[in-house]
Amino acid sequence: MPDDLINSYKTGPDENGRFGDFGGRFVSETLMPLILRLEAEYEKAKTDQSFWDEMDDLWTHYVGRPSPLYHAERLSEHLGGAKIYMKRDELNHTGAHKINNVLGQIILARRMGKTRIIAETGAGQHGVATATVCAKFGLKCVVYMGAHDVERQKPNVFRMRLLGAEVVPVTSGRGTLKDAMNDALRDWVTNVRDTFYCIGTVAGPHPYPAMVRDFQAIIGKEVRWQLAEQEGEGRLPDTVVAAIGGGSNAMGLFFPFLDDPEVKIIGVEAGGKGVNEKMEHCASLTGGRPGVLHGNRTYLLQDDDGQILEGFSISAGLDYPGIGPEHAWLHDIGRAEYVSITDKEALGAFQLSCALEGIIPALEPSHALAHVMKIAPDLPKDHIIVMNMCGRGDKDIFAVAQHLGFDMA
Amino acid sequence: MTRIDAKFADLKAKGKKAFVAYVMAGDPDYDTSLEIVKGLPAAGVDIIELGMPFTDPMADGPTIQLAGQRALEAGQTLDKTLAMARIFRETDDTTPIVMMGYYNPIYSRGVDTFLSQAKEAGIDGLIVVDLPPEEDSELCLPAQAAGLNFIRLATPTTDDERLPRVLQNTSGFVYYVSITGITGSAEAQATDVGPEVARIKAGTDLPVVVGFGIKTPEQARSIGSVADGAVVGSAIVSQIAAGKPVAEVLDFVAALAQGAHSA
Repeated sequence: MPDDLINSYKTGPDENGRFGDFGGRFVSETLMPLILRLEAEYEKAKTDQSFWDEMDDLWTHYVGRPSPLYHAERLSEHLGGAKIYMKRDELNHTGAHKINNVLGQIILARRMGKTRIIAETGAGQHGVATATVCAKFGLKCVVYMGAHDVERQKPNVFRMRLLGAEVVPVTSGRGTLKDAMNDALRDWVTNVRDTFYCIGTVAGPHPYPAMVRDFQAIIGKEVRWQLAEQEGEGRLPDTVVAAIGGGSNAMGLFFPFLDDPEVKIIGVEAGGKGVNEKMEHCASLTGGRPGVLHGNRTYLLQDDDGQILEGFSISAGLDYPGIGPEHAWLHDIGRAEYVSITDKEALGAFQLSCALEGIIPALEPSHALAHVMKIAPDLPKDHIIVMNMCGRGDKDIFAVAQHLGFDMA
Repeated sequence: MTRIDAKFADLKAKGKKAFVAYVMAGDPDYDTSLEIVKGLPAAGVDIIELGMPFTDPMADGPTIQLAGQRALEAGQTLDKTLAMARIFRETDDTTPIVMMGYYNPIYSRGVDTFLSQAKEAGIDGLIVVDLPPEEDSELCLPAQAAGLNFIRLATPTTDDERLPRVLQNTSGFVYYVSITGITGSAEAQATDVGPEVARIKAGTDLPVVVGFGIKTPEQARSIGSVADGAVVGSAIVSQIAAGKPVAEVLDFVAALAQGAHSA
């Protein structure tokens, strides 16, 4: 190992899929052989130039990458402190960062000869991205979505159906993202031979957290050269901020900066109605403790008996009681800071972005923006913050209208 | 020799196949569940699998999912599940009890604490669905060191290359999952299962018991005829879900046991 990697934060996970004590492969035996094959296939693809050539081509011509790095001038001025940039991943095809990862996994699935793709979705963004790429490649697509989310994300449900996907409303549990993931895993165990499970975030059994991170890392890699272009060679952000449900857009932004100690890294969890003993939030790091769920060890919202609690958030995309294991590790070693933002604060940021920048953000990045609003005023004007505008808000206008008391009917 | 080893030695001497019954601890409530568990040996059950309810049972079909929800809603906890075993042991010191479930409630308790509590309560073995051999250091090895059997699942996707790894560190018996799927779904076919059991037995001296997809006395008999025993879970749990009185549930179990024992 070269010297400069010995103290690197970028070498994880280890061969057992661990980031420190987090991660791992906590799945039933039925899935293990497939997961090992997937790992082997991914390891091969990682160093296969033809794989990345195919990705680059699709990223450029199908997704529309690179996404712009945009100086939010009026917002910066309004807050009166730091210089704020938005990484515009909401401009990607399908309207969020999710497709970065889906393309990678579907190309792998095709290489493995799988003909049926399943996915879980919360807000519907990952489901739409998966349905989109499946349509493009002529693959059968089944999306599991909590019944509660089907109700609050109707436009995305219709979008998935238009794209030819079967959307299965999940009624077990409280009918949210965690329950959708359970049912997707049950489907996978049943149809393991022809089915590829396209996980939408940096969670699940190894190699998913690492693989999804690697596909999303395009976000941070672009920020590096884009900022250098706009601010001068070698200029890095002083602070990077991203919202976290499972944490894939955040890992994608953070990863390329892990070994730059001068870059402060902040992940923003969904605080719901406030991180309190009533657990009306989804802030796994702030309000949870380590446990094992969905194939990995990470911080989870759970009771004293190890039963998983339902998260609560205005944002369906953050409504998950866990968090990617790499975030759990970065939290424990102190390389990244994790904070939480309430529904109310996120709604405020949502409106401010619309009013000042003409950008209707998804509720997920509204959480990140709300934290930027908190810290920016006290920072000097030459302090550069890059926040990940990871999704657009079209899907959320109905929910927001309801919260603001606006009658859409 | 654990109670599980002794039970299989005894069955072998009698030329009988094992009948293993699964019930969810605390379903539909603690008292009823305890009454059912206490009645299982007299109904012909050789080994009891006591389900530990968990909010997110990824490998279970709707029947067992709902059983877990009923138990949790009725206030079942890990302490109460251990208490059931302890009370059962006051009157039965030979029927093995295997706790079956998911890792998080055990991890949350703390592995060492859990193992000493389980051992003290008279538990004989553990089946933890989300702990493949790759995670042996978590619970499997500590459990064996504490004198508990760790019963591994082998599945139709466990290929020849992987099988030795699955069999290593398994003790008590091997649980062959007859289908690729969740509990209570497709039906197991003896014609498929027979060669698989033979494949596993070529690699181990442990008894091989088959579960998932066995619902009737006839299936218990036909699967029993190609293995060392049969497990029935969802079909029994369905009786409890339907609100059948304890005596009727136990009659249903007795018919299944007879099926397996006639193999």
